[in-house]
Amino acid sequence: MTYITKPVARHPKMRHNALGLTPRDYEGTMSTLCAGCGHDSVTAALIQALFELDVEPYRVAKLSGIGCSSKTPAYFVKEAHGFNSVHGRMPSIAAGSNAANRDLVYIGISGDGDSLSIGLGQLSHAIRRNINMLYVLENNGVYGLTKGQFSASADVGSVSKRGEINRQGPIDPVSLALALGASFVARSFSGDKKQLVPILKAGIAHTGFAFVDVISPCVTFNDHKGSTKSYAHTRTHAYEVVETDFVPLRREITADYGHGDVRAVTMHDGSVVRLRKVAEDYDAANRGAALEHIADVRKRGEVPTGLLYLEETGQDMHGFENTIEKPLVDLRYEDLCPGREALDELQKEWW
Amino acid sequence: MEPSNTRDPRYYHRVVDCQWACPAHTDVPQYIRLIAEGRYTDAYMLNRVSNVFPGILGRTCDRPCEPACRRTRVDGKPVAICRLKRVTADLRESVRHRLPEIPAEKNGKRIALIGGGPASLTVANDLMPLGYECVLYEALDKLGGLMLTNIPAFRLPVRVLQEEIGFITDMGVDVRLNTRVNSLKALVEGEDGFDAVFVGVGAPRGKNLELPGRYDSDRIHIGIEWLESISFQHIDSVGERVLVIGVGNTAMDCCRAAKRLGGQDVKVMARRGRRDFKASEWELEDAEDEKVEVLEYHSPKEFVVEEGVLKGMKFDIVEWYEDDKGKQRARPVEEVFIPCDDVVLAIGQDNAFPWIERDMGIEFNDWDMPVVDRGTMQCSLPGVFFGGDAAWGPENIIWAVEHGHQAAISIHNHCQGIPLAERPAFGMNLISQKMGIHEWSYSNEYNPASRTPMRYVDLEERLRSIGTEAELGFSVEETAREVQRCLNCDIQTDFAANLCIECDACIDVCPLQCLTITENGDESDLRQRLTAPAENLAQLLFVSEDLPQTHRVMVKDEDLCVHCGLCAERCPTAAWDMKKSDLLIPYAGHEKWPTIATV
Repeated sequence: MTYITKPVARHPKMRHNALGLTPRDYEGTMSTLCAGCGHDSVTAALIQALFELDVEPYRVAKLSGIGCSSKTPAYFVKEAHGFNSVHGRMPSIAAGSNAANRDLVYIGISGDGDSLSIGLGQLSHAIRRNINMLYVLENNGVYGLTKGQFSASADVGSVSKRGEINRQGPIDPVSLALALGASFVARSFSGDKKQLVPILKAGIAHTGFAFVDVISPCVTFNDHKGSTKSYAHTRTHAYEVVETDFVPLRREITADYGHGDVRAVTMHDGSVVRLRKVAEDYDAANRGAALEHIADVRKRGEVPTGLLYLEETGQDMHGFENTIEKPLVDLRYEDLCPGREALDELQKEWW
Repeated sequence: MEPSNTRDPRYYHRVVDCQWACPAHTDVPQYIRLIAEGRYTDAYMLNRVSNVFPGILGRTCDRPCEPACRRTRVDGKPVAICRLKRVTADLRESVRHRLPEIPAEKNGKRIALIGGGPASLTVANDLMPLGYECVLYEALDKLGGLMLTNIPAFRLPVRVLQEEIGFITDMGVDVRLNTRVNSLKALVEGEDGFDAVFVGVGAPRGKNLELPGRYDSDRIHIGIEWLESISFQHIDSVGERVLVIGVGNTAMDCCRAAKRLGGQDVKVMARRGRRDFKASEWELEDAEDEKVEVLEYHSPKEFVVEEGVLKGMKFDIVEWYEDDKGKQRARPVEEVFIPCDDVVLAIGQDNAFPWIERDMGIEFNDWDMPVVDRGTMQCSLPGVFFGGDAAWGPENIIWAVEHGHQAAISIHNHCQGIPLAERPAFGMNLISQKMGIHEWSYSNEYNPASRTPMRYVDLEERLRSIGTEAELGFSVEETAREVQRCLNCDIQTDFAANLCIECDACIDVCPLQCLTITENGDESDLRQRLTAPAENLAQLLFVSEDLPQTHRVMVKDEDLCVHCGLCAERCPTAAWDMKKSDLLIPYAGHEKWPTIATV
């Protein structure tokens, strides 16, 4: 791990956002992950996304479980709220905290072990409840923290660092999320911030569960020849199905999108996500077709990337439950806890 | 852009801003590290190799290194490089035993050095160890040239000057004091039989100000002559009210000297506004701290002398404007009279060579200056070399030293029958500083401390005697603090494109946004496409070979890199490494470096 603190010196012409903050103000502590870990790049992309969205650091809640990925909330927005939960149980914490305070920006960071093995049930129900959060799955195909055993996302035929070949079929997180009815499903690559940052921004703007599977190579245990989650393999096999551009609220749309087929989705907060088809006959608004297309691409040995499915009309958990607008912390004590008489009154309804 | 050739010693030399700006290429970061280790004597000797006079320059240098210092761009104030140099001289042990050995048997070549200032002394310093016989002619009864006569003792104590000159003369230089050379022809053609002559006589003539009343009083002095008289104790007092005309560094020495000789009301009179002053910022500051008043926009008009007594001077207050051709011109607005008892003229210096015969084959230009080759220091007469202020007019000590080094190389070539243009090449060692996975052999922690201010002798005490050195120098504690501000610019971020897997770790961690992986392009285009636009055109862009996976390039803007090494530390494949670049500087007698060592 790195011992020295990051120099406080800053570029004198560093950009400031609408809050007067610089990207440096969205940093956390120095990473203790292996040098070159894809997760650090995801962290950098998150820092950039939060900075560019002018999110107040104190409005961010970072949640995670156990694993290399789950260490990363320490490495961004040090002034945010944070909860490092039990292995695989981050979605429960997210559901609870979101229920109590819907004003925060919830960012859950998980990994392929935390989400697809021990926490698979938790992930499924978080999708089902459509909790309003950004859920980043840092996917490297191995258990890095326990020295590189295959994880549930390892592809058939993928070779471990010790030469072992994986025989069990993988759980594809993107197909899983689509099948479970997720309202926002994307895949990207830690080595491609041009693609990753707009997806993260759109995910933060999305009302509901924004699921982003990020191929994030493990340099120590899974970046060799024969790995299907290495930098080199991902670069040569990534197939961008949809190009994503995020146009924040209040900013004029100036980019030229050429002749491609563009679908503009206005998000709940007024910002716009523009999706441009790269693959012909792909429709990011049609869940069934998307699933089918992804299966085809996977059959060819390629990795489909981009914002694969987006549905901005559904209700999130608060919508289903018809909960109060205000965070519980802002309610008067008498309203939050109306007392025994009010409870008796309520219970009479079911007598 | 073409890939940067970091194996050319010039590339990394330019990254070390201080060393690049120093005419003599002093290895600043290395001597600062030696100081940090408490190795003051080693630091002194390292300085001496390049600049020959660390004690003198540590007090008086014009400091081209400091405005160039990267720290200025990062946090506004440069490392106090010059004053750290003084520390090496103040805290060192004896160095006599570490000076070059002088061969008992001479090589039979005799060199005449005219003028006992820094340029000639440097030539002697470089040639004596090679077996040359050097004869040094000095018109005065002491050596040092302008370092002695023009820099007052409150800035440069005489003992410091004498000791460092002694290191050179004790090599066995044949010093002839009180010997003014009145004819170069006689010297060249005389019985002494010199193989080469070096002219290092400075620019000894102070400029005059021909205005009405100039010769009606003996209280109007030429600055450098006046300082020389003070140095030789021919003058030890001045009137209460003194006007110094001019606002260069000599003017600063004059006004501060006047304050010490009894001047109460000392004014420096400038024709231009403050931002056009020629004096170094710090010398101006020192003068103003000593309650010298600086008046802008006063153009001298007339000396007012009544019955042989200087009463004062008339000035036009001027305002500056741009004429049709874009030239700055002054227009008088109002006339003022300022009373005074003495006037000191410090408006520049000229060269004068009445003792060089114009028929001996030395070509002079329209300004009556000898035509001297910038690379070889030789004039049109083979075997005659110029350096210091004598070559191209007033510069400063550190330039004189570098002229001396280059002249010594030329003289050596001349005497050994090697063409002067065949100059020994610079070399470079480049050695990894990696000690372990996260350990480096240098202190890479960024210290946000602000520049350590110099402490001075209390004002009243300081002005009491001209021999009291004004600056106290840094204490050990202050030194220990200031050395940590150095960014170690010679510990280079060295990149091997073939190892890079483009994981972005270096780009993400870089605190100064120096790095980018992008498609190659031409320089002006690339400069706009980086993580942070590279707007300082004086600083290089490093461009790598094509990267293996995507065939893009790694680009580094050298401008603001603080050499913290985080790129190398976060690099999984050691494509980035921190390597110390050691510039190998050739001096006279050097032939060639062993092959470039890179580890």
